[in-house]
Amino acid sequence: MNDNRFARLTALVSALALVLAACGGDGAEDTTTTAAAADTTTEAPAATTTTEGATTTTGDGDGCAVDNLDVVTPGQVTVATGEPVFPPWMGVGDDNFDVPESGTGFEGALVYELADELDFSDDQVVFVRTGFDEAIAPGPKEWDFNIQQYSITEERDEVVDFSDPYYETRQALVTFPDSEYANATTIADLQDAVLGAAIGTTSLDFIENVIQPDTEPSVYDENVDVEAAMNADQIDGLVVDLPTAYFITAVQVEGSVIAGQFETQAADPDQFGLLFEEGNPLVECVNEALETLREAGTLAELEEEWLTQDGEIPTISG
Amino acid sequence: MTTPPPDDIRGPSLWTSIRRPRRYREEGARAAIIAAISTVVVFALLAWWVLSSEAWPEVQQQFFNPDHFTASWPDVLDGFWLNIQMFAVAEVLILIVALVLAMIRALRGPAFFPLRVLVIGFIDLVRGIPIILLILLLGFGVPALQLPGVPNSPLFWGVTALVISYSAYTAEVYRAGIESVHESQRMAGRSLGLTQIQSLRYVTVPQAIRNVIPALLNGFVSLQKDVALVFVLGVREAVREAQIYNARTFNYTAYVAAAVLFLVASVPVARFADWYTERVRRRRQSVGGV
Repeated sequence: MNDNRFARLTALVSALALVLAACGGDGAEDTTTTAAAADTTTEAPAATTTTEGATTTTGDGDGCAVDNLDVVTPGQVTVATGEPVFPPWMGVGDDNFDVPESGTGFEGALVYELADELDFSDDQVVFVRTGFDEAIAPGPKEWDFNIQQYSITEERDEVVDFSDPYYETRQALVTFPDSEYANATTIADLQDAVLGAAIGTTSLDFIENVIQPDTEPSVYDENVDVEAAMNADQIDGLVVDLPTAYFITAVQVEGSVIAGQFETQAADPDQFGLLFEEGNPLVECVNEALETLREAGTLAELEEEWLTQDGEIPTISG
Repeated sequence: MTTPPPDDIRGPSLWTSIRRPRRYREEGARAAIIAAISTVVVFALLAWWVLSSEAWPEVQQQFFNPDHFTASWPDVLDGFWLNIQMFAVAEVLILIVALVLAMIRALRGPAFFPLRVLVIGFIDLVRGIPIILLILLLGFGVPALQLPGVPNSPLFWGVTALVISYSAYTAEVYRAGIESVHESQRMAGRSLGLTQIQSLRYVTVPQAIRNVIPALLNGFVSLQKDVALVFVLGVREAVREAQIYNARTFNYTAYVAAAVLFLVASVPVARFADWYTERVRRRRQSVGGV
C-alpha cells in the first residue's frame, strides 16, 4: 500500500505545483501585458466620452477604404449579436422576430447604416450569433464586432475594445400595477423591495450600487427569466434599460407597467458601445462612421424611430 | 498496486495479517520510484506545453489573476455556503425518499401492484427529464399558479426539484442493492415469522445498503455540484456569484475560485468512497465471502 500512497502523493504535489505555476507566473510578464493593454485602450480613445470620439476622425481616409479594412472575412462585415435578439433593438414586427437581417429595430437599422457608411452593400452584412460569454472569452473572434447593448465600463475595456457610444440609456423599474412599488417616487421607497435583473447588465449594478435594497437582488440569465420570476411573484419588480422596459410592458409581461425611470444613471454616463476584440484596428474606422452618422442626425432619427414612445414616464428620484 | 496472491486455502487471511515478504517490498519500492519519475515527467511536459502557448500570458490574466481571485473570493465563498446548505438538506431528503421508493418497488404480491406501478412511473418520468428543466418548471411554474399556502421561494423549489430528480436515481441504486441480497435471506426472515415489510426492513435493506454505499457516495459527489443548477432561478450560489463577477469585469478568475471551492468539497468524498470500497472488498475477501 505504501508505494501506492507515495505515488499518489507525488501526483498531488506535481498537480499542486502546476496550479501554483499557473497562478503565480512571473511578475515581469504580468506588468508587460497590462501595460500593453493600457496602451491599446488609450490608442482607441477610452470610448467612454462622446467628445473624445471626435479626435479619431483625424485618421486618413484611405485606411478606412472598404478594401483596406481589416475584416474577418474579406468582402463582408461579420456582425455578431445575441441569440435570440429582442425588440426594440433588433427584429421588430411580427414577421421579423429574431431576424436581424430585417434591418429593423434600433441596433438592426444602425448596423446597416454603419455598413453603408463603411461602403459595404446590404448583402455584404452577415450576422452571426454569440452568447454573452462567448463574446468576451479570450482568443480570436470569428466576427468583426458584436452588438447587443454592451454597456461600456472601464473594467471591461481592459479586456475588449469598445467603439464610441451609440446610445445613452436610463434605467427603469417594471412592476405590476397592484404592487406597492408601482407608485414609488424615490429610491428610498424601494428599500424593502426584492428586485431582479439579468446578469451582466448595468441594471444589476444599478440595483446594488444606487438603490441598495435590503435584500440583495436576484440575478437571472436573461430578461425572460427575470420576467418569469416576476410572474411567479418571486420578485417585486425588475430593473431594465428604458427601451427594453417599453418592450417588456407592451409585449412580454401582460399587465406589467413601467413604474418609472430613474433619475440617477447606472454608470456616469450609462452608454452602449459596439464590442471589438482587444486591439482590433477596425474600431477607428467604425468610430469615424459613427461620428458621421451622429453629425448627420441619423443616430437621433433612429432613436426617434425605434426607441421613443409617446406618453409620460414618471421619474424616480434620489 | 501489487496484486495479492490468488485466493487459495491459506491465502487471503494470511495476506492481510502477516508482514509482506522481502521480495514484495523491494518491488514496491521500485514501483514507487518509477511512479514518481513518470508523474513528474508527465506533469512537467503538460506544464511546458501549456505555458509555451503564445496566448498564455493573456489566458493567465483572464483565468488565473491573483487580484481578481482575491476580489471575487468573498462573494463566491458566501455563495458556496448556500451550496453547502442546499446540499445538506437535499442529500438527507434524497436518502430517505429514495429508500421509501425502492422499498415500495421491492414489495411483492398483487395487492401492491398499483403502488409499484406508481413508483415505476414516477422514476421513469423523472429520470427522463433533464434536471435543469425540472428546476425551471417547478421553480417558475408552480409559484406562477399562485396557489394559496404553496411557497414561492426559488430556493425551496430548486431544492425540491433536486430531491425529486436525485431520489429517482438513488432509488434505482437502492433497488440494485436490494436485488443483490440473496433470496434466501428474505425467505429466512419470512420463515421466522416476519411479515413481508418486516423482513424487508430488518433483513434485506440493512445488507442492501451496505452493498451500495460506494454507489451512494458517488451520488453524493454528483449532487454536490448539481446544486449549483438552481442558479437559473435567480438564487445567488457560488457559480452565480462567479458569473456576476465575470459579467462585470469580463475576467474568468472567479470561475476558478468557484471551481477550487467545489474541489475542496468533493475530492475528500471521492477519496473516502475509494477507501471505503477498498476496505469492503478486502474484508470480504478475508472472510471468504458470504
